[in-house]
Amino acid sequence: MTRFKSWPRPTFWQCIFFVIVAAGLYATYVRVMYGLGGATHLSDQFPWGIWIGFDILCGVGLAAGGFTLAATVHVFNIERYKPILRPAILTAFLGYLLVILALMYDLGRPYRVWHPLVMWNPHSVMFEVGWCVTLYTTVLALEFAPIVLERFHLVRALQVMRISLIPLVILGVILSTLHQSSLGSLYLIVPEKLYPLWYTSLLPVLFFVSALCAGLAMTIFESWHSSRAFGKQLELSLISSMGRLLAVLLSVYLTMRFLDLLHRGALPLLLRRRPETYLFLLEIALFTVPMFLLFRRKVYSSASALYGCAVMVLFAFIANRLNITVTGVEAGSGVSYFPKWTEIAVTLFIVALGFAIFRFAVEYLPIFEEVSLTRPGGRAIVSTSPAASTVPAD
Amino acid sequence: MCIGCRLCEKGCAEHHKLPYNDAIASEEKLSAHKLTAITTHGDKFMRRLCMNCLEPTCVSVCPVGALQKSANGPVTYDASRCMGCRYCMFACPFQVPTYQWNSRLPVVKKCDMCADRVAAGLQTACAEICPTGATKFGERDDLIAEARQRVASNPSQYNQHIYGIQEVGGTSVLLLASAPVEQLGVRAGLPITPMPLLTWRALSEIPNIVTVCSVLLGGVWWLSHRREEVQAAERKEREEKS
Repeated sequence: MTRFKSWPRPTFWQCIFFVIVAAGLYATYVRVMYGLGGATHLSDQFPWGIWIGFDILCGVGLAAGGFTLAATVHVFNIERYKPILRPAILTAFLGYLLVILALMYDLGRPYRVWHPLVMWNPHSVMFEVGWCVTLYTTVLALEFAPIVLERFHLVRALQVMRISLIPLVILGVILSTLHQSSLGSLYLIVPEKLYPLWYTSLLPVLFFVSALCAGLAMTIFESWHSSRAFGKQLELSLISSMGRLLAVLLSVYLTMRFLDLLHRGALPLLLRRRPETYLFLLEIALFTVPMFLLFRRKVYSSASALYGCAVMVLFAFIANRLNITVTGVEAGSGVSYFPKWTEIAVTLFIVALGFAIFRFAVEYLPIFEEVSLTRPGGRAIVSTSPAASTVPAD
Repeated sequence: MCIGCRLCEKGCAEHHKLPYNDAIASEEKLSAHKLTAITTHGDKFMRRLCMNCLEPTCVSVCPVGALQKSANGPVTYDASRCMGCRYCMFACPFQVPTYQWNSRLPVVKKCDMCADRVAAGLQTACAEICPTGATKFGERDDLIAEARQRVASNPSQYNQHIYGIQEVGGTSVLLLASAPVEQLGVRAGLPITPMPLLTWRALSEIPNIVTVCSVLLGGVWWLSHRREEVQAAERKEREEKS
């Protein structure tokens, strides 16, 4: 017993984490041994559940901060955002890896996940999605690589990476644009299933713009959390300008949603007393409230108010994706669906893994530092990025 | 003409080597072990099977090309390609493809219009076994002509709409009924344009997005960094002068 006493007492969040991991591992066992039927409430009429709707669609959207900030810093050359670029790229890379993990649960035969790369069907949106995930994850790995190389002082490799950085960033932005919009295109094929408040030929464009909002909100969200967890100073002026940009993007997005409903003549649907109407109004409210708040000086100059707005936007985004993937297609499919506990356990497991790996990476890799590396001898050898001022550009 | 004897279900199960018994016969829906199903609606019967569309949604959405439309009608499925994304099931406007949910290595199951029999010049198992001629096999054009003639000569017995001539661009299976099909568990009001066009309109924009985005982003990068270079050069000049 004395041995146990010497162990550190686990914190509340560590307890929650271990419970989630235990449940997730057991759910994984159920999924492997009893198939999709044993682990989910999916059916022939409702073949896509929250593993697609939340783990994959929301996961990809919340990773959008990576390409938004990479473009801002490296393409638009707005240097002052550089301190938050690395956490955003880490989030994106991690997000994509977890999306691929979720896909392994959802595919009937996960070991054939590489098939779209060799068995082509360019008419399939899923084919485009498969290629985008593969290529963009590779790009993210390369964008992330300098952080690891720096950690282990691999100078030569870092120099190679610097040359290829700009083409890589541009490729990443294009792939992300295609990927975010193609997730919306997936649903273009089901006009008879998806409720008309959400079904529109604009789905790909709306998915892209809402992903930009989610990416910005996610960046504010993680800046706030990181500054608290690691005692780093929060760059208020940075997240404040991101907050204002978010307000503009949200108003563009909401205007598009409104005009789309208007032109399709779908506004009268709002008068119907149906669950879809209420869920739609909830989603729109979650988008609208932070938009109005973020236009106010009091809000965008306060860190905690910005954080609150970012959280609301994240919830709005998740509500939108779940409405399109789950609640908006239930009536059209003629069945009702509520996820089985194993589906929820796997989802929580993946989210918890994300938080844990993020924390681990921030602790062991130079994510928040923007330092020029020195060998033990003390000679400066390389700057961490092409524009850092310690080493003149070649 | 259907009397609900379910011999088509039995013939189908035999041909596709699936189990068939009274319990399965009483399940009135398509499933991985029941590729066609008779559904009862009061005193009327309707038959569910794959419509084998002329421009099939499932063929267009399958990322690995496991589903193919053959020239003589059937939409076939190659299980060795399938990775189990189930987009075909989600996208099918008739909710036809089904999955082996309780298998560890599942495959999609659907009626393939007895592709092997049709290729050998035979009719489908269900058409061959049907005792009343309610299911009839033949060339699509001949069947449409016959359907039109039957509907026209017997307006009291038939609903005027021949389901499958126009739905989602036309299907290889046509449905004639004595009542509107939506009363018999079949989805009505589908668009007459083929569904694959809906996604193709978005997919065909990809080359444009890639070109425009790369030129635009490359240009922005050049501009934003050029400004810096010019500023640096000017500063240098000023320093040299002073």
